[in-house]
Amino acid sequence: MAAETVGWWGVPLAIAAGTMRGGTPFLFVSLGECLTEKSGKINLGLEGTLLTGAMSAYAISYLTGSPWLGVLMAGVSGMALGFIHAWLTQQPKVNDVAVGIAMIIFGSGIAFFLGKPFIQPSAPQLPTFDLGGWSSISSLQEALRISPLFLLGVALAPAMTWFFKSTRWGLFIRAVGDSPDAALAMGVSIKKVRMLSIIAGSFLAGIGGASLSLYYPGIWSERISTGQGLMAVALVIFARWQPMQCLYASLLFGGAQAFGPALQSVGITQGYYLFNAAPYILTLGIMILTCSPTRTISGAPGALGSGS
Amino acid sequence: MSTRRSLYLPRRQVIRGLLATTAFGVTSRLVGCSSAPESDAGKTGAETAGSSGGDKPLVVGFIYVGSKDDFGFNQAHAEGAAAIAKLPGVKIVEQANVPETTEVQEAMRNMIEQDGATVLVPTSFGYFDPHIVKIAGEFPEVQFFHFGALYQEGKTPKNIGSFFGDVDEGQYVAGRVAAQTSKKGKLGFVAAKPITPVLRNLNSFVLGARSVKPDIQVQVIFTGDWSLPVKEAEATNSLADQGVDVISMHVDSPKVVIETAEKRGIYSSGFHAVQSSLAPKGYLTGTAWDFPSVYTQYVEQIKSGKKLMDGSIPHLTRGGLKEKFVKLAPYGAAVSDATKKDADATQAKLIDGSLYVYKGEVKDNAGKAIIAAGKNLKVTDPALDKMDWLVAGALGKVGG
Repeated sequence: MAAETVGWWGVPLAIAAGTMRGGTPFLFVSLGECLTEKSGKINLGLEGTLLTGAMSAYAISYLTGSPWLGVLMAGVSGMALGFIHAWLTQQPKVNDVAVGIAMIIFGSGIAFFLGKPFIQPSAPQLPTFDLGGWSSISSLQEALRISPLFLLGVALAPAMTWFFKSTRWGLFIRAVGDSPDAALAMGVSIKKVRMLSIIAGSFLAGIGGASLSLYYPGIWSERISTGQGLMAVALVIFARWQPMQCLYASLLFGGAQAFGPALQSVGITQGYYLFNAAPYILTLGIMILTCSPTRTISGAPGALGSGS
Repeated sequence: MSTRRSLYLPRRQVIRGLLATTAFGVTSRLVGCSSAPESDAGKTGAETAGSSGGDKPLVVGFIYVGSKDDFGFNQAHAEGAAAIAKLPGVKIVEQANVPETTEVQEAMRNMIEQDGATVLVPTSFGYFDPHIVKIAGEFPEVQFFHFGALYQEGKTPKNIGSFFGDVDEGQYVAGRVAAQTSKKGKLGFVAAKPITPVLRNLNSFVLGARSVKPDIQVQVIFTGDWSLPVKEAEATNSLADQGVDVISMHVDSPKVVIETAEKRGIYSSGFHAVQSSLAPKGYLTGTAWDFPSVYTQYVEQIKSGKKLMDGSIPHLTRGGLKEKFVKLAPYGAAVSDATKKDADATQAKLIDGSLYVYKGEVKDNAGKAIIAAGKNLKVTDPALDKMDWLVAGALGKVGG
């Protein structure tokens, strides 16, 4: 019996498991936002994209019985929203942030509207890799039940670093984001690069939504995201637009979500409101630490949100 | 210089600001004007509908805070609404996802003025004050039924009626079933907020469980809000990690908790609605609202000409198992026959009044006696509406 309960080890275990379970949506959204922001545009609408992705993944998985088709569809629906954002923000005198807020409302509205019939049914979930088979402790087995989406996200982060650093296309995106004039002189179409970056970023955010509805917690409900999309946008700033740091930051945020419940389960009841709010406090803290009126943040794309 | 600078306002901005203020003023004026005659029309419409009785269908408006098929609180109400929609001469209008803000006032106004609703059932607890109270004052002919024991004689408008189900008895039985099914003697409870309705649910579950095994413990986790899917899943996983093998909950949509418990291979005891289909292996039972029965009782009273306003429908109606306000979900596959028999017997004893959920002596989990020895509290006892303690055996704390 002793091996069955983990006692105090439950807290680090829950946080470790939370980093992998709860961090996946953060990871995809932040990588998507990182790509978008590298090209000099901000897409706040990823919160809406996340919800639309979660809804379409769940709906397609339920209707066709294939969760992988659901993941693909989540990405495609994200791309559609991304296209709207990209097209709107490239019109003259249009502000990225304002369009982004509109896209949050639009994306969540369309997800709620189309998602009504899918709240109740249970859709087939994504398969998981059970890496904990060697252990006899059930909680460890559960913690090591890893989603292929998580592994995909982990592989994507170094791939993106390499892409920005060593490929021609990566250079184009960085050039457009840092100095649009120089990019123009290079003969790169700013519009096309930004359009593609925003659409690709939204594709990733849509997949992040699929991880919410098809892996963890594995349901579609209108309260599924609770601001995770917005937190992931803040996280990109924290990660200084570095894909690898996005990965670490996402893991941190995922773990923070598990912190409150895990502490209560071992009997620490003091201040549970505070611990439950850990991810939000973390976001706020990051914003305060990284914002300064006197200096710009290192690593920020030069033309970010400038409208040029 | 610097003060002049800070006070300097560009002429264009001033003109723009003034124009915007005027425009806003004009529109709100116009809206204000147009709404007055409309509300009069609404009132007369309501009166005619009320007086002509059987000719016109009785329009009942339902407002939900979440979506109607969430396997939880809202679904329970929507099932009640669907049941009365089948009755002859009754028409229902529904609106889901209405937040507890002025938006619910708009929803109520629209239902009264456009759909001709004469009976409104805004279901969520937080709709009551100030929203229902305000609209009820504006439309004295419309009857409002609100779920929650919030009606106060002399203070609340006469056309508001409160009804509330006491879940204590149901949860007591569910607690007994949980304790008898649990192999490890450790139960868990995922709760939204430490407020009275949640604490009553939790405490009666614990009391039920401890009436079978006096040393059983229930680990409580408060998530902080009514619907936080990720936190609820984390809470369930953390409880399972701690060796808990039956989980009950009080959150708006128990779907996440029950499905996560099923994935972890542990038992769950539901709340709000019947969730057996979500966990064919691990679902034991649970307390579900019997709103089809409640709403049918109300509609019959209204159709027979009774009204809240003259007091022929009581302003505060409460009920438990006996009055069919709550029911127990059908027992799941994991419940043994002996347990089923015991649960049915317990239910019968609670209904005929020979068994009390709150039977003295009851101590809270800090060791303080709350109900003195030899004293029994009925579930309708007003003292229980002020509950702010966790019963002995519940591991947790009310104040964060």
